[in-house]
Amino acid sequence: MSGLSLWLRYARASLAGQVRYPGAFALQMAGHFATTLLAFAGIWILFRRFGSLHGWTVGQVALFYGLVNIEFAIAEMAGRGFEIFGDAFLRTGEFDRILLRPRWTVLQVLGHQFRLRPLARLAQGAAILALGLAATPVRPALFTAPMLAWAVGGGVAFFLGVLIGQAALSFRTLESLEIVNVLTYGGVEAGQYPFDLYAGWFRVLMTWIAPLGAVTYYPVLAILDHPGVPPPAIAPLAPGLGYLFLGAMLLYWQSAVRRHASSGS
Amino acid sequence: MTPADLTAYLSAFRARWQVTLQYRAAALAGVVTQIWWGAINLMVYAAFYGGTSAAPLTLPQTISYVWIMQGTLALMPWGCDPDIADAVRSGAVAHDLLRPVDPWWWWFCRAAARILGRLLPRAVLMAGFAGVLLPLAGLDRWALHLPPRVADAALFGVSIVLGLLLSACITVLLNVATVRTLSPLGANAVITPLSLILSGNMLPLALFPAAVQHLLLLQPFAGLGDLPCRFWLGTLHGPWAAAALAQQVAWIVALTWGGRLALRRTLCQLEVQGG
Amino acid sequence: MPIPPARIVVEDLHKTYRIATRAATSPRPWPFARRAWRTIEALRGVSFVIEPGTITGLIGPNGAGKSTAIKILSGILRPSAGHVSVGGLVPWADRIRHVGRIGVVFGQRSQLWWDLPVEGGFALLRDIYRVPPDRYRARRDRLVDTLGLRDILDQPVRQLSLGQRMRAELAAALLHAPPLLILDEPTIGLDAPSKLAVRAFVQELNRTEGTTVLLTTHDMHDIEALAGRVIVIGHGRVLADSPFETLRATTLSGRRLTAEFDGPAPPLLLPDGVTPLSQGGQVLELGFDPARIAAADLIRALASAADMHGVVLSDVSITRPSIEEVISRFYERHGAAG
Repeated sequence: MSGLSLWLRYARASLAGQVRYPGAFALQMAGHFATTLLAFAGIWILFRRFGSLHGWTVGQVALFYGLVNIEFAIAEMAGRGFEIFGDAFLRTGEFDRILLRPRWTVLQVLGHQFRLRPLARLAQGAAILALGLAATPVRPALFTAPMLAWAVGGGVAFFLGVLIGQAALSFRTLESLEIVNVLTYGGVEAGQYPFDLYAGWFRVLMTWIAPLGAVTYYPVLAILDHPGVPPPAIAPLAPGLGYLFLGAMLLYWQSAVRRHASSGS
Repeated sequence: MTPADLTAYLSAFRARWQVTLQYRAAALAGVVTQIWWGAINLMVYAAFYGGTSAAPLTLPQTISYVWIMQGTLALMPWGCDPDIADAVRSGAVAHDLLRPVDPWWWWFCRAAARILGRLLPRAVLMAGFAGVLLPLAGLDRWALHLPPRVADAALFGVSIVLGLLLSACITVLLNVATVRTLSPLGANAVITPLSLILSGNMLPLALFPAAVQHLLLLQPFAGLGDLPCRFWLGTLHGPWAAAALAQQVAWIVALTWGGRLALRRTLCQLEVQGG
Repeated sequence: MPIPPARIVVEDLHKTYRIATRAATSPRPWPFARRAWRTIEALRGVSFVIEPGTITGLIGPNGAGKSTAIKILSGILRPSAGHVSVGGLVPWADRIRHVGRIGVVFGQRSQLWWDLPVEGGFALLRDIYRVPPDRYRARRDRLVDTLGLRDILDQPVRQLSLGQRMRAELAAALLHAPPLLILDEPTIGLDAPSKLAVRAFVQELNRTEGTTVLLTTHDMHDIEALAGRVIVIGHGRVLADSPFETLRATTLSGRRLTAEFDGPAPPLLLPDGVTPLSQGGQVLELGFDPARIAAADLIRALASAADMHGVVLSDVSITRPSIEEVISRFYERHGAAG
């Protein structure tokens, strides 16, 4: 059985526990959806008051907003095991059990929980993205659709990479790891807006070190055919940085696990 | 309330306060996160303001507003008291409710101590960063500026204390909801986004459309952030200042009354169930 | 694909830990503040060989290095020095292949999924261990029958009693038919019938399938019932490695004799190799060494002494020292007690 189908098995098992009370669950999701939607209402209010943002329209900003929320929601659904790794695996010694099973550690931690709660964020992100696409002229669907898929993949890879990096750090310390929130929740906040309004140091940091801009800003430039730096011809390549970031974090994870096996617990 | 009772509540407060203050590393990490968050917000607001100044707040005012909001983030009622949530999960909450003290006051003191313990170190660090470090680094444009008059600063202090009491009242209500529904998830999921939006944390209330301004100022969450900020910025004077403080007090009284009622009903229910 | 039998070779195993002396949970002013370190030698040169198809008990007081050894053998931990081979594999170097060939049961921890029915957990393990469906069905049915799990298959694990859960854990660890089964305190907290059931099952498994079993426990009755051989670890070294009977004979070989009379116990000139333990009223307790005096001779002496004093030796019982006594005496002698 391949890794993917095993992960699907894990996911199905984890759903069994989460939807034990479907009524209450649906209510919770609906409430979540409504309240997260208010975040975009805030942006909309600002547009009403100020008219435009650095030359961007509200429809264009909706593309950034929708894209980054979709990316983070999917990563959060799948990566929950890494998000709570320190508490759920290291404090409890459950990580030993992971090592006792003949599968890749990453696959098993991913399988720990498939979380449904971010569905609300996913739904609102998709809704806002759809509104944005309807309100804004973009390049033809033949380009835009695959470009969005490639960008979402890169974004999920980026956020998963952040969660995996956080889990790998927790082998060293279990304290103060909420600092990683600047890249997860802070990343979503930053990715909701076009990057050209940020200061230079911030853009460089968030594109080349933690490639958030590469999976939010540049792909949207590409589908808008928006003149900028880099030119729209190169922008489509940007989400690749998200995959590279995930790769680097996976290498870091592997070395942290190896070190853990030598230092013991 | 007898003096002996008071001692019990005070010791509940002191214990909780000490426990919360111990998490220094967490406070530091929290402040770094808040600074980051604030920086993103400032850059976005600056872009929105562009050249225009046709907004109810000037850009420097908005910048101070953002820093105060980030520094007082611990004032938000983040949800039910985690210890109570654990007690509900394990069924030990009956012990808490059977103590020979008034549970509302007990929970209120715990909540107030926890909020204060989280608030104080974060607020001091944030004030040091945004009010001292930024100007020293030549970034005065992005810094937190002092209130225009001493009186404004004093009113700000009063308003923050009222906000703290208000937040503790809301936390007790969340505790009651948790005991009722046997899970903290529902109440917490609603209260967090609600308080972030309605307190002005996400967006200064003054920037909302003019049509809803009065409504926004009357709802309880305004007292958790927006009203204190207005005092700091010096935009509330005379009768308006009195009205703002009265608004906070009124909500504290209302939520205390409502919370005590809800708690009494829940306790009756518990007794009936024999839980 | 036949899995090679699990011959375990452990050579000169060392493991040194570096631990923070200040408790990691105490709050520090700075997240990455420097910590003071202390090294602990958990294992200092452990060697043994375990032949396939045997049952071996690994015992020792708390903190002796047992669980470190178990962790290394199961591939979780990498030793500081030394060599291990289990069925030809080096556990930590070839972790995935190695753990696919072993089954591990922790008495203190569950490997099943709390919210899933037992059956669902088994199915997930089938996929994790890549057991082919037909082989899985046959295997599961056999385990379910021998362990009496039929009635609890569709119950969520959180609803099981401890005894039921432990039987389900055993089945879960054996679904992939591992040639080596590692049991870490498998009977802890169980009631007497459940303990007996676990022991009977392990014995049966070893007899019919030739599964190699490595067992750590603090319950010496597990050892007595199951293990042909015990390896005692203390202070990170092997203190003894022998059949249990040998350990008993060399540690505490004495017997205890209790004699009862129908009147006051008679005075007795004690033969060689006999020590008085207690005397009260009609009961006399003696310790003796069967290598120096045969039980029959001692009883004969007691009977004739009784005759002489006009009383009758009405009852005699001879007991061996309890296994707990043997082991604690052994730990004491090696200064390895807890």
